[in-house]
Amino acid sequence: MLEKIWARHVVATDAGGRDLLYVDRHLVHEGSFHAFEMLRHAGRRVRRPDLTVAVADHYVATAATGRAVPEIEGRVSELERNAREWGLTLLGPGDPRQGIVHVIGPEQGLTLPGLTLVCGDSHTATHGAIGALAFGIGASEVEHVLATQTIWQRRPRVMRVWVDGRLGPGVGAKDLVLHLIATIGAGGGTGYALEYAGPAVGALSMEARMTLCNMAIEAGSRTGLVAPDETTYAYLAGRPLAPRGDAWARALAEWRGLTSDADASFDREVRLDASAVAPIVTWGTSPEDGSPISGAVPDPVAVGDPVRRASLERALAYMGLAPGTPLESIRIDRVFIGSCTNSRLEDLRAAAAVLRGRRAVVPAMVVPGSGLVRRAAEAEGLDRIFRAAGFEWREPGCSMCVAMNGDLARPGERVASTSNRNFEGRQGPGARTHLMSPAMAAAAAVTGRLIDVRRLPPAEA
Amino acid sequence: MQPFTRLTAVAAPLDLPNVDTDRVIPARFLRNPRSRGYGQFCFHDLRVRPDGSEDPKFVLNRQAFREARILVAAENFGCGSSREGAVWALEGRGIRAVVAPSFGDIFHENCLRNGLLPVRLPATVAAGLRQALHAAPGATLTIDLPGQTVTGPDGVAHGFEIDPFRKQALLEGLDDIGLTLRHGPEIDAFERRQAAEWPWAGAVGLVPAAGGPGR
Repeated sequence: MLEKIWARHVVATDAGGRDLLYVDRHLVHEGSFHAFEMLRHAGRRVRRPDLTVAVADHYVATAATGRAVPEIEGRVSELERNAREWGLTLLGPGDPRQGIVHVIGPEQGLTLPGLTLVCGDSHTATHGAIGALAFGIGASEVEHVLATQTIWQRRPRVMRVWVDGRLGPGVGAKDLVLHLIATIGAGGGTGYALEYAGPAVGALSMEARMTLCNMAIEAGSRTGLVAPDETTYAYLAGRPLAPRGDAWARALAEWRGLTSDADASFDREVRLDASAVAPIVTWGTSPEDGSPISGAVPDPVAVGDPVRRASLERALAYMGLAPGTPLESIRIDRVFIGSCTNSRLEDLRAAAAVLRGRRAVVPAMVVPGSGLVRRAAEAEGLDRIFRAAGFEWREPGCSMCVAMNGDLARPGERVASTSNRNFEGRQGPGARTHLMSPAMAAAAAVTGRLIDVRRLPPAEA
Repeated sequence: MQPFTRLTAVAAPLDLPNVDTDRVIPARFLRNPRSRGYGQFCFHDLRVRPDGSEDPKFVLNRQAFREARILVAAENFGCGSSREGAVWALEGRGIRAVVAPSFGDIFHENCLRNGLLPVRLPATVAAGLRQALHAAPGATLTIDLPGQTVTGPDGVAHGFEIDPFRKQALLEGLDDIGLTLRHGPEIDAFERRQAAEWPWAGAVGLVPAAGGPGR
């Protein structure tokens, strides 16, 4: 499939074998200000403002009230200025559709199968769930795309991740992807695009597929893809920016031809069994540091390689964890439900199902992925469940996943988080992050510790 | 872009695998314009303790390595976020090359676009170099891009691979955009074809918000 989309977008090839790919959709956010600065400095212009969409998410404040730090707020107004200057459509604060760029693309039907899509953000692979070729790029590449609507790339190798079986109750796409990363390692997918396939992937909803593709980068891959199928088309039909009428019929015929041929070969194949996947939590400072919740913190003494051992010792020291500690005995200080990984309606439903009739015993917040997700959740009464459970019900944005917008955890605080990175300092200097699914984060909120959501005692009526 | 040819400089060993770009530059510094100088943010939270004092244990704080212009790292250096600020921070600190067994893909690309040379060497060779640098703090490495070699403190040269096109761009300090703009006619032709065959891939057609006060 990747080859087909790739071949369709090659504009030119250089002597070294790199292809100049056309970019159908370019998403920019506040952090792209560096690229706009470079563009202006070089005296260049935006080639296709009509293919470029600006979204405010990284730096927006998610609290309904309170003061924004001027330096942070300034980045949002600079995006507004750049959008005005270059004639880009902006989804900014105050627009009911505003939210996290990787939630909005699919939600609006801006992301379509077979298209190339880039954004100056490493979680751009999320859009691959729709069958688009999507990847994150750096600021110089953003400038290049702004100026030329193209990007030089070498075609990556393709790793097929084939998943048999079915995920069990209480186990979701987040657990599956954390399991994959623990299996192949944080660098296991470097140089590859991940193509997810197999019965377990086919059975996933679109939102679950987005979670799966979103964390391709945590396995080292810039790109994750799922071939479009009937689930995809049903999801896209009627989206504001999806084709309609005759165009829809023509597009559908093209999309059906995109999937990998039955005899397609892959550079590497990884096979997983979904039915064997348990809820996963991370205990360290790399996304590969995940274990089933029934496990324990590993012991560095058991690690032979001295570099790996020292790295593990450092991670445990940062996390404040002793070797051998059962994961279910780890107490947490805070819960964050949100981020481009897990802030969609199904994620909120999964968390709310756990929270119904229960109360969080630690500070907790939920940050919907977009204004439309927020509204849809409110229409179902999910906001009332979250609030009754003691959660803050926030405005959409990247929030505490990236800790550059005012939402952050305090030094030493242990956070049960549905985000994608447990790096040192990711959620604030000294903050300790445990990654997990929305259902697991909700279970942690009501018990104050890491716990298998499947073993949670029944809620009091 | 600053060209890269040959460099003999003090090299610092960084033994941690999976050094992510958040560690190279924490997200909270990215709101600064580049003109503020990104070198001051380089490895900030590894270099500086919460009380603001330098952590003497961090390799770049040790006297012998303060002027290092080369880093020798472990697997998967520069994984994580796409922030080019990570490269600007290293560059601002004076680092011109990073040697490692493997790199995060986006970081690798960002390096090449800023004249910072990422050198892939086998894990055992990189580990050997780190060991040699620990044994002789302040020792230098020589990186020869035309000859594609890294020479360790023991005088042994290790060959490395690099895409010939990227090598040329680094040697000459070439900017990609100028080159791409020469493909203007092909880009125009692609756009005409796309408009005819895949009209749904054309203008996004997002209707701007009606206005009204922001939140």
